[in-house]
Amino acid sequence: MSIESIMGDLLVHAPAMIIAIPLLGAFLTPIISRINGTLRNVFVISIMGLTSLFVGVLANDIFTSRVIKTYVFGGSQELTSPVVRILLEIDALSMFMAMIVLIVAFVAVIYSWGFMKEYTGLDKYYTLVLLMTAGMFGMVLTGDLFNFFVFLEITSIASCALIAFWTTKGESIEAAFKYIVISAIGALFVLFAIAILYGQYNALNIATLASVMKYTFLDKVALVLLVGALAMKAGIVPMHMWLPDSYGRAPASVTLILVGATQASLYGVFRVCFTLYGKSLSLTNNILGLEDGFPLALGTSLGILVVLLAIVTMLVGVFMALKQSDFKRLIGFAAVAEIGYMMLGLGVALLSIEPTGLSGSGLMALKGGIFHIFNDALDIGLMFLVAGAVYWATKERSLDKLGGLARNMKYTSIFFVIGLFAVAGMPPFNGFASKLLIYESVFQISPILSIVAILSSIMLLAVFVKVFHSVFLGPAIPKFKNVKEAPISLLVAMIIISVLIVFIGIFPEMFLNNIVGPATDALVNYSGYIDAVVLGGM
Amino acid sequence: MIYNIPFIAVAALILIGLYAVVFKRNLIKIVIGITLIECGVNLFLITLGYREGGIAPIFTNLPSGTSATMALPVPQALTLTSIVIGVAVLALMLALVVHIYRHYNTLDAREVRRLKE
Repeated sequence: MSIESIMGDLLVHAPAMIIAIPLLGAFLTPIISRINGTLRNVFVISIMGLTSLFVGVLANDIFTSRVIKTYVFGGSQELTSPVVRILLEIDALSMFMAMIVLIVAFVAVIYSWGFMKEYTGLDKYYTLVLLMTAGMFGMVLTGDLFNFFVFLEITSIASCALIAFWTTKGESIEAAFKYIVISAIGALFVLFAIAILYGQYNALNIATLASVMKYTFLDKVALVLLVGALAMKAGIVPMHMWLPDSYGRAPASVTLILVGATQASLYGVFRVCFTLYGKSLSLTNNILGLEDGFPLALGTSLGILVVLLAIVTMLVGVFMALKQSDFKRLIGFAAVAEIGYMMLGLGVALLSIEPTGLSGSGLMALKGGIFHIFNDALDIGLMFLVAGAVYWATKERSLDKLGGLARNMKYTSIFFVIGLFAVAGMPPFNGFASKLLIYESVFQISPILSIVAILSSIMLLAVFVKVFHSVFLGPAIPKFKNVKEAPISLLVAMIIISVLIVFIGIFPEMFLNNIVGPATDALVNYSGYIDAVVLGGM
Repeated sequence: MIYNIPFIAVAALILIGLYAVVFKRNLIKIVIGITLIECGVNLFLITLGYREGGIAPIFTNLPSGTSATMALPVPQALTLTSIVIGVAVLALMLALVVHIYRHYNTLDAREVRRLKE
């Protein structure tokens, strides 16, 4: 066995292994946990390490050669049409999302070591964390709609149990109940939409469905159900109530993974709009009014809706964040506002799509939106980790009672400053790069949209400066006199994210050209995604 | 008309379920509502796969020499998966309701709102 053939084997089976390793690791964790707590932590971290090896190998291949990889379960036979196999289809966008999932899950596991130390039931905790990671990987890597639904449910069930992890507190149970109601209904409507599509086209595969999509009335219903349900799970404004509650009440390490889960749902919205309905976007019209009404391209009508929702999301997010007094709940509302930016990028791209494809400012907006998914996971994630470290040290979550912590927690306050500037989109941090792309491109469509986006960024800065003042500055409070700096594992987790934030902030071009660019191209180029499955087998 | 009855039942189940989730105050009734929606979706899947006069889709079960119509196997597989997931969600929701009752001593959704304060 030469090293090349081993690497080749690794590469061929990497898509399946990325999902299988955390899944099997999840069920081994309780057994290992019987031996020793430290061994279990090491085991979970090494499972993550092994997963990241496969993600790294696959990402390297996909981003350098820009191919679309398919992995078919169940034998080596040729694909026949219609494709009724379990199939993973990985293009650059899937890989991009898988990298986000990997980073948040890895950092959360490191963070948990110190953060969850004093609690019992950690065998179940780590099992659920690994299950949730497997579910998120599945959501972003799958090429099959029903598979997407199954992984969506795995992620929601595991994350709901994790939100309710502190069962001694009524509030966490309440937040978990809200979350499960929202995600159960959302997932059921996703399934309903999948059934509508299956009933018409006799296929479950995203690529096959996209290739035969006729855009009938039932397809419109399915589109509305899919986008509505997935947007609900991503926390777009009329359906955002669950998000600050569950982000606020889950343990901080879990909140970090929840950010990733929300974005996996957002990935679903992107995939449905641009791949599943990609051909219909510019070529089919909705007729407004009866008989000879006013025709409006699907891309435009969907785009108007998404842009409006995005604007409302940003404004509601920042205004609600202003009046919060609970540290983590406040960051939860800031996270709602940040989701608005990604939706704005998506909406503007939908608005400016032409029959010849997407170019110019529309493409730039989409690039900004996709880039911002990555940056938001890091920025908001870092804020939650800092809030968790403060909670770990003081056991206090109300902003009114905290104060003067910069004396005792030097490093944590530095991380907070980094997160603050990154969330507000200040140079030289990563939030600046993606937000600038969004501002610039949105300005071409309508300057007002751009003004609203900049305004809500400034408001975010104001909100977090206020938080920084009330938590870290101000007179020393006697109660917190003996507060210690966060333990090493919390600091390591925050350092990893901060280094990434600063690195992407300083070299945004490199990141844009090598990772975000291919991901955007893969999303826009729906025919490549379709051909990889449909032509490959027939 | 007779072939549309399952679809009417699907619509009725989903709408009743949504009504229960949105307007009922009792947490158990909300859980029942979600289960009703799930039943509606499962019924929809099964109805899609049914063929008139179809037999169970087991290949070896086919009477020899005949070519009877079979019901579609894929929706049935999907429904089975969906039922299993539904049981897990239902169990989780009921467990949470039990915990909520312990902490709040009520199942009224209007009184379970400490988070808003």
